[in-house]
Amino acid sequence: MARRIGVFVCHCGVNIAGVVDVERVAEEIKKHPNVVFATTYQYMCSDPGQNLIRQKIEEENLDAVVIAACSPAMHEETFRNVCKDYFNPYRCEMANIREQCSWVHDGKEATEKAIKIVKATVEKLKENEDLLPILVPVEKRCLVIGGGIAGIQAALDIADAGYEVILVEKEPSIGGRMAQLSETFPTLDCSQCILTPKMVALSRHPKVKLYAYSEILDISGYVGNFTVKILKKPRYVDEDKCTVCGDCEKVCPVIVPNEFEMGRKPRKAIYIPFPQAVPSTYTLDREACLGLAPLTCAQCKDACEAGAIDYDMQPKIVEEKVGAIIVATGYNLYDKNKLVEYGYGEDDDIITSLEFERMLSASGPTQGKIIKPSTGEVPKKIVFIQCAGSRDRQHMPYCSSICCMYTAKHALLYKHHVPDGEAYVFYIDIRATGKGYEEFIARVMEEERINYIRGKVAKIYREGNKLIVCGVDTLTGRRIEIKADLVVLAMAIVGKEETKEIAKLLKVAIDEGGFLKESHPKLKPVEALSRGIYFAGCCQSPKDIPSAVAQASAAASKVLALFAKDRLEKDPLVAVIDEEHCSGCGVCISVCPYGAMTWQNGKAKCIEALCEGCGTCAAACPSNNIEMRNFKDEQIEKMVEVVI
Amino acid sequence: MKEDFEPKIVAFLCNWCAYAGADMAGTSRLKYPANVVPIKVMCSGRVDPEFILNAFEKGADGVFIGGCHPGDCHYVNGNLRTRRRVKMMKKLLEQMGVNPKRLRLEWISATEGAKFARVIKEFVEEIKELGPSPWRERR
Repeated sequence: MARRIGVFVCHCGVNIAGVVDVERVAEEIKKHPNVVFATTYQYMCSDPGQNLIRQKIEEENLDAVVIAACSPAMHEETFRNVCKDYFNPYRCEMANIREQCSWVHDGKEATEKAIKIVKATVEKLKENEDLLPILVPVEKRCLVIGGGIAGIQAALDIADAGYEVILVEKEPSIGGRMAQLSETFPTLDCSQCILTPKMVALSRHPKVKLYAYSEILDISGYVGNFTVKILKKPRYVDEDKCTVCGDCEKVCPVIVPNEFEMGRKPRKAIYIPFPQAVPSTYTLDREACLGLAPLTCAQCKDACEAGAIDYDMQPKIVEEKVGAIIVATGYNLYDKNKLVEYGYGEDDDIITSLEFERMLSASGPTQGKIIKPSTGEVPKKIVFIQCAGSRDRQHMPYCSSICCMYTAKHALLYKHHVPDGEAYVFYIDIRATGKGYEEFIARVMEEERINYIRGKVAKIYREGNKLIVCGVDTLTGRRIEIKADLVVLAMAIVGKEETKEIAKLLKVAIDEGGFLKESHPKLKPVEALSRGIYFAGCCQSPKDIPSAVAQASAAASKVLALFAKDRLEKDPLVAVIDEEHCSGCGVCISVCPYGAMTWQNGKAKCIEALCEGCGTCAAACPSNNIEMRNFKDEQIEKMVEVVI
Repeated sequence: MKEDFEPKIVAFLCNWCAYAGADMAGTSRLKYPANVVPIKVMCSGRVDPEFILNAFEKGADGVFIGGCHPGDCHYVNGNLRTRRRVKMMKKLLEQMGVNPKRLRLEWISATEGAKFARVIKEFVEEIKELGPSPWRERR
């Protein structure tokens, strides 16, 4: 038990001291039992601040400290490291008087509350036990969820370092959104050309186990020791035997829209999403097929000379053990049916940016020809609308980050395809912050003679063969009406529905845009709040390819740092059973979500390696015989007492 | 009810969602009344019904519990147990003469700083309406 507690109150510049009377907090807390020293300092986390703590621990012979500063999420580790040289790190606690006090309250009441928070923290600290971390082994294999550019990059980085990677992709092929793009801004290099070598490298890498056309069913465990259940959906085509000759596709009588082409091109029930698909194999879409059981058609099987088609293929569930997980599930476009002002997505000639992207692609539905979908003519007047669903309180309030750039690219490519055509871009602001981006925008505006109009489009309606686009030029204040042939909407980027499922399995929070919540928006942008889980690419926020790749490599480096250790330290804040008084009722065993409570000689026993320290058992034990280390009943009751 | 009544409220916040949500409210500088003092627990499932009774007995006018949204609990299902316990505790409090509205459970994710500030504001207003806890005089 701590008897000589020192309290260090941080000013955090004006962040705390500008609101809370820090001197008074220090004065008040000095009166508290067992507090023998209290002081304030400008920036406790700075080097001189940390030295002050060291110096005072020695001078005042302190045996425990409270740092009243920011959230423990921010600096608990910093200060516990400072104290490590003198005593057990659990003799250091933080009192959060910034995020939960000075930043949200004013003046006198903030000071009063700060005093209460510090007192409560002192009370908790008094009863803290000295604990040592529990060591657990690390499974040095990484799961990557999603095979877009971010997932591929992260997987390659980790595999190149010599660790095994399990990559799970839901679609028949890896490649993700980047595979759908025609050219990439600002250099205009062909997306497929730079992506496919990486796809192939991944599939051939001896350290990568690729599960394409597979889904994550379940994830359990904790950092270093996750167990993942993967559903391998049946392709009904043997990947190893398929030669991609295409004979099956020719005879298949079923035609459905091709998702890869954003539904703008048909495919057969047996199909390969795009020619460069990896793994290079056909897939039979069971939903579209005329029927497998009972077998109704079987023309593809008759046509397949390689004998690759197997109608009896069954879904398979495989289990993999991994130590770390990278989520790289990518993005979707906002549903254009929700945009009432742009015709609910019902007009054939109002298309999304990804549909236009496919149109530009040489392997796309029009072989790279820009057409007006309703008539097949070349559009002579085209309108691009930026922020369709983004920066809009009725839809998504945030900026989708990449639309300014790809719209400029679209407009430029349009002018190259249709030199005598007119292109208009409606924008709110131009955001071109990447390397070479501003120059690219300038080139598009000046050299390519694209008409940029600052303003939002209020309405689009059809008049015969034309679309009337009504907007306002906010720079001149004039109303504008353009008779357009084709309208391209730069749709907002949103998180995927599937990401929500994954987030639920991983216990990661999701924001209103459907993006995964990182541990710290600035300093831990690729880490989840739970250890061992990392993010890469657009599942975390909208971003361009270089940022997605950089984030993927960052996530990979985090995983490699984790794998550099043979054993990981686990929080020792586990449940402790008073075996002498345990009545053996088994309530704790029934409530424990981790199976960490077991029977031993008619009494409950906690397996520390499995216990995560939630405390549900302690709250449920009818005879109050379970205590949570450093969250004991007495500690919490004492805290309550001093704050009231 | 006296105009100058400032209720005393204890908030048990789970480490992973509600506490992080309260931090988020701070980072976003969203003001809310200072009547609520946070106490961090690892999971809302750690909140023993005794903690609630104990808080009222010590003179709290309200007890707030913040946990992860159902299905998002860092510890699988601790929050669902809390939901059941809170339901039971509300009945018990009513029998003991404490308005069950004085106990409030909310799901607050790590991104929901705005929600945290809003529900705390609401809760403080509500407790102000109710006036001091009847157990205060017993002390």
